[in-house]
Amino acid sequence: MKIEQVVFYIFSLLAILSASMVIFSKNSVKSALFLILTFFATAGIWMLLEAEFLALTLILVYVGAVMVLFLFVIMMLDVDIASLREGFTRYLPFGLGVAALLIIGLAYAVGGEKFGLNVITPLSIQPKVASNIVALGTVLFTRFLYPFELAGVLLLTAIVAAISLTFRSRSQRIAFIASKQIETRKEDRIKLVQFEIGKKNL
Amino acid sequence: MLDLKSLALATLLTPLAAAVFTGVLGRNLSKSWVHTLCIGAVGVASILSCSILTSLVFFQTEALNIHLYTWAVAGDISFQAGLLIDKLTAAMMCIVTFISFMVHIYTVGYMRDDAGYRRFFSYITLFTFGMLVLVTSNNFLQLFFGWEMVGVISYLLIGFWFHKESATVANFKAFIINRIGDFGFILGIAAIAYGFGTLDYARVFSQVETVAVSGQAIMLFNPIAIPIIPFACICLFIGAMGKSAQVPLHVWLPDSMEGPTPISALIHAATMVTAGVFMVARLSALFEHSAFALHFILLIGTLTCLLMGLVALVQNDIKRIIAYSTLSQLGYMMIAMGVSAYPIGIFHLVTHAFFKALLFLGAGSVIMALHHEQNIWQMGDLKKYMPITYITMLIGSLALIGFPPFAGFYSKDLIIEAVKVSTMPGASIAYYIALGSVLITALYTFRLFFVVFHSKATMSVETISHLCEPSLNIRLPLIVLALLSMSAGYLLVGPLLQGYFNGSITINDALHPGFAMLQAHFQGAFAMALQGFWQLPFYLSMAGVLIAWLCYVRYPQLSSHIQKTFPSLNKILNHKFGFDTFYEKIAMQGMSLGRSFWQQWDNKLIDGMGVNGTANAIDHIANRLRQFQTGHLYHYAFFMILGFLLLISWMLLTQPGVK
Amino acid sequence: MIALSDYLTFSAILFGLGVAGIFMNRKNVITLLMCLELILLSVSTNFIAFSHYLHDLEGQLFVFFILTVAAAEAAIGLAILVVLFRKKGTINVDKMDMLKG
Repeated sequence: MKIEQVVFYIFSLLAILSASMVIFSKNSVKSALFLILTFFATAGIWMLLEAEFLALTLILVYVGAVMVLFLFVIMMLDVDIASLREGFTRYLPFGLGVAALLIIGLAYAVGGEKFGLNVITPLSIQPKVASNIVALGTVLFTRFLYPFELAGVLLLTAIVAAISLTFRSRSQRIAFIASKQIETRKEDRIKLVQFEIGKKNL
Repeated sequence: MLDLKSLALATLLTPLAAAVFTGVLGRNLSKSWVHTLCIGAVGVASILSCSILTSLVFFQTEALNIHLYTWAVAGDISFQAGLLIDKLTAAMMCIVTFISFMVHIYTVGYMRDDAGYRRFFSYITLFTFGMLVLVTSNNFLQLFFGWEMVGVISYLLIGFWFHKESATVANFKAFIINRIGDFGFILGIAAIAYGFGTLDYARVFSQVETVAVSGQAIMLFNPIAIPIIPFACICLFIGAMGKSAQVPLHVWLPDSMEGPTPISALIHAATMVTAGVFMVARLSALFEHSAFALHFILLIGTLTCLLMGLVALVQNDIKRIIAYSTLSQLGYMMIAMGVSAYPIGIFHLVTHAFFKALLFLGAGSVIMALHHEQNIWQMGDLKKYMPITYITMLIGSLALIGFPPFAGFYSKDLIIEAVKVSTMPGASIAYYIALGSVLITALYTFRLFFVVFHSKATMSVETISHLCEPSLNIRLPLIVLALLSMSAGYLLVGPLLQGYFNGSITINDALHPGFAMLQAHFQGAFAMALQGFWQLPFYLSMAGVLIAWLCYVRYPQLSSHIQKTFPSLNKILNHKFGFDTFYEKIAMQGMSLGRSFWQQWDNKLIDGMGVNGTANAIDHIANRLRQFQTGHLYHYAFFMILGFLLLISWMLLTQPGVK
Repeated sequence: MIALSDYLTFSAILFGLGVAGIFMNRKNVITLLMCLELILLSVSTNFIAFSHYLHDLEGQLFVFFILTVAAAEAAIGLAILVVLFRKKGTINVDKMDMLKG
């Protein structure tokens, strides 16, 4: 067994286990953290596939930005976690059944008989003349320039959309208005009531 | 003098104009205007008919056969309206307009206080037009048009008092029974169109020899081929059986007596019901080529003649007795047709029109005097109170039983002679039955006569105090018709046997020599009447009168004694041989069949499954499908995955070699 | 040597887990979004594996774009989630059935 095979199995096992924890974990924060672990493990597998740039991007963009955003949102929202888990076990067998069926079907579809080593083999690893980043960049900024620009616009749109969705105007905002606080008088806030002691008005 | 075409058109259109005018504007006109207009129109038509007859007989004008206009053309067959005016037509026109004229006058008195006075006049004038269309037609389609038109007016008039349930039921019955006949009739017309390629009388008659020889046939249920002429004749005669109320399609006629009495006289005795007889005579050239059809006619006529006469013996309603008598006499006419003595059948039609209209109008007069009492046992001894009605009824009765030299004698005696000399197989049986029917005719006629006019009065004293002769416009038609009932036979028998109908009616003398023999033996009307006193029919009718006198005048208890002695016979006759029961059963079965069709087929299958079913199914399916739209994300995801799974399995199963 | 089918099977398992997560989790929208990330990840892995075995860089380029789209999707999805929470006070998936027929 070669070293790369060992690495593959370690990373894939790690990714699968942590992915399972994403869906089985009771706490959303834990789910998010396990998802980060899954990303790391997958990044390792991508490294094996000689996609260094994408593996790093995955870690930087996903773990660094997207998952942090997830965690932000989870913590920002006051979510009653216990209630959100209810009925989970009820659907567990069903969900696992569907997943098993799907996985078996897919595994059969993409199994060794169709995509095995005797069918398709990677070319022998050649000495690198250029790094993966250079190769990717060369293609991206020439042939795929237009889609690349579109992707940039898409991200911009996402930013604008996210802000405009969550934006609260001044009137909706919960904020102090200093002038109104200063203008407040005692008569507006305090009402004096005379109690007659001994009578049943309590 | 005007030409024949203008005369004929004027005869036809005058009643139509009057009928439409009174029908549309009647409610704005006074009663006297309405009846003046209608009587005037029919009177004019009557005079014009007579002038047509005169010009044909005395001025030897050529018979007229013209097309007036083409209604439609379908392939080789064109549907046309036309006129055929020959001696047969002219005779029928005279009878129709004259009887109609008499009945119009009678109606003024009879319907005086009826709310539907104007409507009634409009109907009977329109009926006159319809009957004229029927008789003057020169093609089958127009014949059918007239046939249906008089039918419609007949139903309208049977149900004239539509607030009476029995009248509406009778109306319905007449309509349904006539549907059966008319279906046969139109099949016959279709067969003619198929076999001859034309509906014109003249062209059909000119081709009849070739078609008969060629043996052209209609394929019925593929293997059975029926020659075209017998088929058409039988179908046409089925139409005649419906209209002329022959056994077994006769059941509507007695019930039609629910209509006003003038209608019974005009439509259900004198004119419309004889349309079948007229039709057979008109198409004699066709019927002569089918021995089978003639046998069939003879059989049906004989049956009707005997059975209906027997039923008349036990009826108690004055109008029904006369109605059954009409059926029996129509049977006689059909017997004459069956033995190819068409002119004699038409002769009997004419004389019968006179004396039967007279009898009906006389009965109407009695009914009116007794305030619409129709049961003969509630009458009696009326000769004291109504002498004119009594005398005219006596004349009518004598004419009916064939007492020489009254009108009925000539025609009926000739029919019996024609049957006697006929060489057709089975004619001898028909002869004896016709003879027996003479006795029966005399018996029921004088039973009615004696019970109504001679037996002890059974009316209440108050009714008797009101009894009187009817008004002049009722008496006048009675007297005129009575005179004609006495003299018509004597006057007409000569011309008849001297070849009046030559050219209008075709008889194959080689096959059916009967009529030619009668013509040869004729020695004048007076001699014939004298001979009549020495012949069997006279003694038979006298025997009938005698029996009636014994049973209902001399020994009144005798009839009930006979009834008790033969209970089963009485029962059969009272049930009218079970025809009504039979039809009721069939109708009931038909109705339950129809009901089950309606419930199972229409309501459940077509409405339930087809129309509402589609809507219900869509509603149901949509409601079910709606359940899928839960709004829950995971359900949508589930179906997406399900689809994905199916797609994968389909790809794996069908495309194993995919790479 | 690692066969292509091994990579593909791995990503199929990830994919199946993501789908199972969507089914089993009936309450929490955030977990749902995370499962979507898992599915996208498995798809990306497929692309890269094929790209490697077929020596075609375009597969990697697609992953690049997928990452972009996924980031945008996550941003907007979370923004919607926040708005939803503000409006309804819950992120319970069961309560979100306004599209019910």
